[in-house]
Amino acid sequence: MRDSNAIDPRATDGEAVQVLTLGLGGEIFAIETERVREVLDLIPITRIPNSRPFIKGLINVRGKVITVTDLRVKFGMPPMPPTAESRIVVTEVQVEGVPTLVGALADQVFEATELPSASMEEVPRIGMRWRTEFIRAIGKRGDDFIIIADIDQVFAAADAVH
Amino acid sequence: MAAAVNPADVFRQEAAELLATLETTLLDLEAAPNDKDLVDQAFRSLHTLKGSGAMFGWEALADFTHHVESAFQKVRDGVLTASHDLISLTLASLDHIRVLLERPEQADRVRGDALLAAFADLAGTHAPGVKAAAHARPVAAACQTKVFRIRWRPARDMMAFGGNPLLLLNELRELGPCTVTPIVDRVPPLAEIDPAGCYLGWDVMVTTDKPRSAIDDVFIFVASDSELTIDELAVEDDAGAAPRLGEILVKRGDVAARDIEEELGHQPRLGAMLVQAGKVSGDRVASALGEQKHLREAAKVRETSTAGNTIRVPAERLDNLMDQVGELVIAQARLMQIAGGGSPLLKSIAEDIERLAGELRDTTMSVRMLPIGTLFSRFRRVVHDLSRELGKSVELTMAGEETELDKTVIESLNDPMVHLIRNAMDHGLGTSEQRRGQGKPETGRLHLSAVHSGASVLITISDDGKGLDRVAIRAKAEERGMLQPGQEITDAELFGCIFLPGFSTAATVTSISGRGVGMDVVKRAIDGLRGTIEVSSEPGKGTAITLKLPLTLAIIDGLLVKMADERYIVPLSAVEECVELTSKEDHRSDGRSFLNIRGEIVAFVRLRHLFEVAGAAPKIQKVVIVGIGQSRIGLVVDQVLGQHQTVIKSLSRLHDDQEGFSGATILGDGSVALILDVPHLVKFARERETATRAA
Amino acid sequence: MAKKILSVDDSASVRQMVTFALETAGYETVQAEDGREALALLKTTTVDMIVTDLNMPNLNGIDLIKQVRALPNFKFVPIVLLTTESEDSKKAEGKAAGATGWIVKPFKQDQLLAVVKKLLG
Repeated sequence: MRDSNAIDPRATDGEAVQVLTLGLGGEIFAIETERVREVLDLIPITRIPNSRPFIKGLINVRGKVITVTDLRVKFGMPPMPPTAESRIVVTEVQVEGVPTLVGALADQVFEATELPSASMEEVPRIGMRWRTEFIRAIGKRGDDFIIIADIDQVFAAADAVH
Repeated sequence: MAAAVNPADVFRQEAAELLATLETTLLDLEAAPNDKDLVDQAFRSLHTLKGSGAMFGWEALADFTHHVESAFQKVRDGVLTASHDLISLTLASLDHIRVLLERPEQADRVRGDALLAAFADLAGTHAPGVKAAAHARPVAAACQTKVFRIRWRPARDMMAFGGNPLLLLNELRELGPCTVTPIVDRVPPLAEIDPAGCYLGWDVMVTTDKPRSAIDDVFIFVASDSELTIDELAVEDDAGAAPRLGEILVKRGDVAARDIEEELGHQPRLGAMLVQAGKVSGDRVASALGEQKHLREAAKVRETSTAGNTIRVPAERLDNLMDQVGELVIAQARLMQIAGGGSPLLKSIAEDIERLAGELRDTTMSVRMLPIGTLFSRFRRVVHDLSRELGKSVELTMAGEETELDKTVIESLNDPMVHLIRNAMDHGLGTSEQRRGQGKPETGRLHLSAVHSGASVLITISDDGKGLDRVAIRAKAEERGMLQPGQEITDAELFGCIFLPGFSTAATVTSISGRGVGMDVVKRAIDGLRGTIEVSSEPGKGTAITLKLPLTLAIIDGLLVKMADERYIVPLSAVEECVELTSKEDHRSDGRSFLNIRGEIVAFVRLRHLFEVAGAAPKIQKVVIVGIGQSRIGLVVDQVLGQHQTVIKSLSRLHDDQEGFSGATILGDGSVALILDVPHLVKFARERETATRAA
Repeated sequence: MAKKILSVDDSASVRQMVTFALETAGYETVQAEDGREALALLKTTTVDMIVTDLNMPNLNGIDLIKQVRALPNFKFVPIVLLTTESEDSKKAEGKAAGATGWIVKPFKQDQLLAVVKKLLG
């Protein structure tokens, strides 16, 4: 199991991080590529009645039933209907210590890229619009900020309220 | 996925089984201390454990077991009796042996020595320090038997060199059953015989599980100057398919095929005809007939051994097989859907595959089935130990041990059942004095039974103890806020309270139960198996707790239902019937959700409301009546689509807080449907019913 | 009556090992230090089997076998030759001289007993 606490970006100084960048509510988010299993076009999602808002439902990925979640809810953004550009990013996360495949809805998926760790900064404790415990680091590319999500934390079941 | 087989693992597994068998034997022996067979059985288990242990490097285990074995040798010899003390001591020793087997580094030497000292006291066996003379027993190689044909003409001067052909023939006989035919065709007229010469030859058929090299070894000193051919013969699995005499003679090169055909023209007895015609000597025909008979015998042996054949398979492979069958069933459902609109040929192939997939599913499930007796027998030890600990005399009886259940279900049942048994023995059954005071036999009875009931198995744990105390349960439930004072409930509902978290009525906390934890754990475990618990109890007579469990966890028959464009699966085992909900009834029942089913009032739940399905219901809706135990409710749906073979996929931990669904499945079109958790829905409806009545 | 086996070897330790193994298995044994002593012994005593070394002073194994086979009383007695692997050709030579079997040195006690059983029953 990996340490789910936000990493100190300086510790990885000199090494680049491979990430998949995706769009969510006008912001650029990134997930480390080693955690991404695949990216799917939007397929019909089976709704689960009375489930928590961030759980969108279930999909069938080659015989496996996988939960699809909406990261917007987690990050406190208003929900939006999916568009033609919406994708499902299937990631492997630890849910209560159990490795689990979870799909995350994204408004768009941009690219798999390399972020030099020098371009990353620690998460400021205040002045953030989103819950900082879900963010591992902030990267910068040109004038854009890239938010590197801590997906284990995002799906930690202890956070049952969302 | 195929795990390499390590001899040490093989031993560990064999030893674990031996220990389990031994435990059963000992418990049987306790009940029948004079049963010689049981004593022998115990001795043999110990002996094998010791022998194999030494061979595979479990020296300490072999050493320790040697002393236990010695005690049983004495029992065998009639010097020692299988007393309660001896049995208890041996059971304790088994636990020690288990540690020596599984975690030798954690074995407590002092404890081992103490046990052996106790044996020495009891049986007069040697105290520790004496090294066990554990002799390794060769493990029979589990290879299939083969038949070899050996044609041997020793050198004329074999005996002049100190050789003795009879000894070699005897050696062959030691390898396995032999058919020996002497060949005398080289014996000269009497006048020409050298008395020291060897003129005889032998054709030998031997059936053996030893390799070919074992036969080569027999002839090692004579092979270079004998005429010797050794051939392995094919043994048919069917005794009737042994080759015919003519075929054998031709194959051996004794007769030309042409001669056979020629002679076959003149039936009746081929061998006699061939000899008469001077085509082959009589002893060669005798030898060939010997081969024919031998092959028939060998085939017969193989037939019988195949009949009772079992193989050991790692449980993981069975799990994989089940998963794959699940995938197949899903793929097959998709195929059926596509084939439905296709050509008749495609349709018929799809139907074949549907049938095969169904059969494969049934076979696979049956492979995973184990008799529940394997679980029950473990409880004998639990009861034995507990009755000593509690000072209560308890007799355990069982019925339906042969009832089969999926192995996963059986494994998951151990802990909850131990808990129920402990509870029954601690709280249910009284002490001998209490029982005498109530005019009951001093020995309490605990009964385990299993029986099939449709697609479920009912497992009942019953005791003849004092029964559940309704007043105390009621008081406790009210105290804990689980019940309102004066609230009217049925016995079943009241007894259900004991499975709620934090509930315990025991006046004193014992080490065995009564800490207020446990019964809710039992409930959770049974829920996890998609099972239900029912309690019945009569004051002074006893309590019976019945677990109703699905036969298998992996695939169920389901009823596919629909609301708007959403589809759900209702487990068919819970479905009693489907009726129509006419708009008239629908309107009438607007405020009150009850149906009149043949005079009986059945509450119903509109799944549309419960699941917040958008849109309006169709004019005619269907009600699926489901039942759990005595409770029945109706589930109102738009449409019943039909039966569906449902491969259950469990939901991830993200859904731990989700009630109402026991899993999901993949439908023929590849979409996902949720499986309804009927017990939960029944509970929900019951709460609603109570609330409605109160209103 | 126990069968009697003659062990012929110039090495005391080999003789000891051979006789120990045979006696443990219930055979009676007699010993000789070389071929010549063996032949002398066979003039006064009868044995059921002979286990002889190949290389020995005075009279070697091959010559011993040849001379024993010439004795009327020992025509059919099994004779085992102890050889080392490097002397593979000696096996054939021993065989030609009249040896019944052979054992390759070094050997274990149960190998010896297996051969004795094979030839003596």
